[in-house]
Amino acid sequence: MRFVLLVVVSLGLMMSDYRQGLLDPIRQTVSAIAHPIRLVAELPTQLIETADQQFASRRQLMAENERLRNRQQVFQARLQRLDALEVENIRLRSLLDSSYDLEQPVLIAELVQVDLDPFSHVIEIDKGLGAGVEVGQAVIDASGVIGQVDHVAPFSATIRLISDPGHATPVQVNRNGLRSVALGAGRTDVLNINSLPNNADIQIGDLVVTSGLGGRFPTGYPVGEVSAIKTNPGDSFSTIQIAPSGALGRIQEVLLIRHEPAPTPQAEAGDDE
Amino acid sequence: MNSPRSRGGWLITATVLLALVLTIVPLPSGLGAFRPEWIGLVLIYWSLALPNRVGVGVAWLTGIVQDVLQSTLLGAHALSLALTVFIIIQLHQRIRNLPIWQQALNVFAILLIARVSLLWIRGLGGSAEFGWQFWMPALVSAALWPIIFMLLRGLRRYYRVN
Repeated sequence: MRFVLLVVVSLGLMMSDYRQGLLDPIRQTVSAIAHPIRLVAELPTQLIETADQQFASRRQLMAENERLRNRQQVFQARLQRLDALEVENIRLRSLLDSSYDLEQPVLIAELVQVDLDPFSHVIEIDKGLGAGVEVGQAVIDASGVIGQVDHVAPFSATIRLISDPGHATPVQVNRNGLRSVALGAGRTDVLNINSLPNNADIQIGDLVVTSGLGGRFPTGYPVGEVSAIKTNPGDSFSTIQIAPSGALGRIQEVLLIRHEPAPTPQAEAGDDE
Repeated sequence: MNSPRSRGGWLITATVLLALVLTIVPLPSGLGAFRPEWIGLVLIYWSLALPNRVGVGVAWLTGIVQDVLQSTLLGAHALSLALTVFIIIQLHQRIRNLPIWQQALNVFAILLIARVSLLWIRGLGGSAEFGWQFWMPALVSAALWPIIFMLLRGLRRYYRVN
């Protein structure tokens, strides 16, 4: 009897969880209570990391320091140019009457070393409600888009990667502004575009960036490069494969972009048509 | 649970917590799909040994915690674990008297049923394209059953959990 009751409750829970974020309070409470389990699970990896850092030789550290300082200088130099470009861009955008901001406030989060469900592409980070993480925030790493925040708990949050079979990213080709949607394929090394006709102007090597449509991902962050175009003469749509720019398979640190209303779609659409 | 004659509840709790930890402990990439179903195994043992103490409710609650930790659909693992324990409790008198390797076969069959229910739930959620790897945890768990059984039985007898 109790079993039947629990089955019904489970089905109810799953349905409301699938439809909306109705159950977030329950999830957050359980997550906070179960947080110690996560901490214990993380221990082995952390011990190895600490040991690794302890025994890294002084010379290695100095070499790394040197390398990072050089990179920092290169970036600083590039940033100077970027500043000028940003000002120019804002001025031009204001002439066109559309809003655009390059520098969105970001939050840095580290990966919690626990394994989640092996059959979906989800990762856990160490910042949660306390740090102001919100559901739906876009997540990037140093080289490209990673995914978006799926659930938030008090001390942690889960991120659904763009490679998850259930995730779709609104994208555009950087070269010509051709818009489409990149679907996750369940593999960290490839995304698919299935909705472009065979005669679409897209080539291998094209950079694909976020289009900003849908309002989740800000415009212009790199998603990947076109790696293969499979055209079947019998179909009217080609399958276009994208190699993601973000290191989806070996994420260490991620940046969360503050959730802000995206530039209005009308203004965007007016730009390239 | 708190009747004066029952003791050793802490051991049951500790093993279930350990199983939860082992479920999310990071494994080298590629091995993740072969992870045994620790929670399923531990719950099967306790419901087999003490069906009056560890029942469907405990399994369901553990499943909810697992769902939150693994960020799956809330209720998915809860349902499949409750189903596992329900079957075990129905059959516990028969399974108890079997030799260990036959118990392992039974465990394999029951865990497969639990995975079918998980697959069905995922299918409703829209993504149900898994290869043969989806069934591996049941196989690995069944292979581990004799060890788990001996270990937990040893602990249960040593601490006189009843």
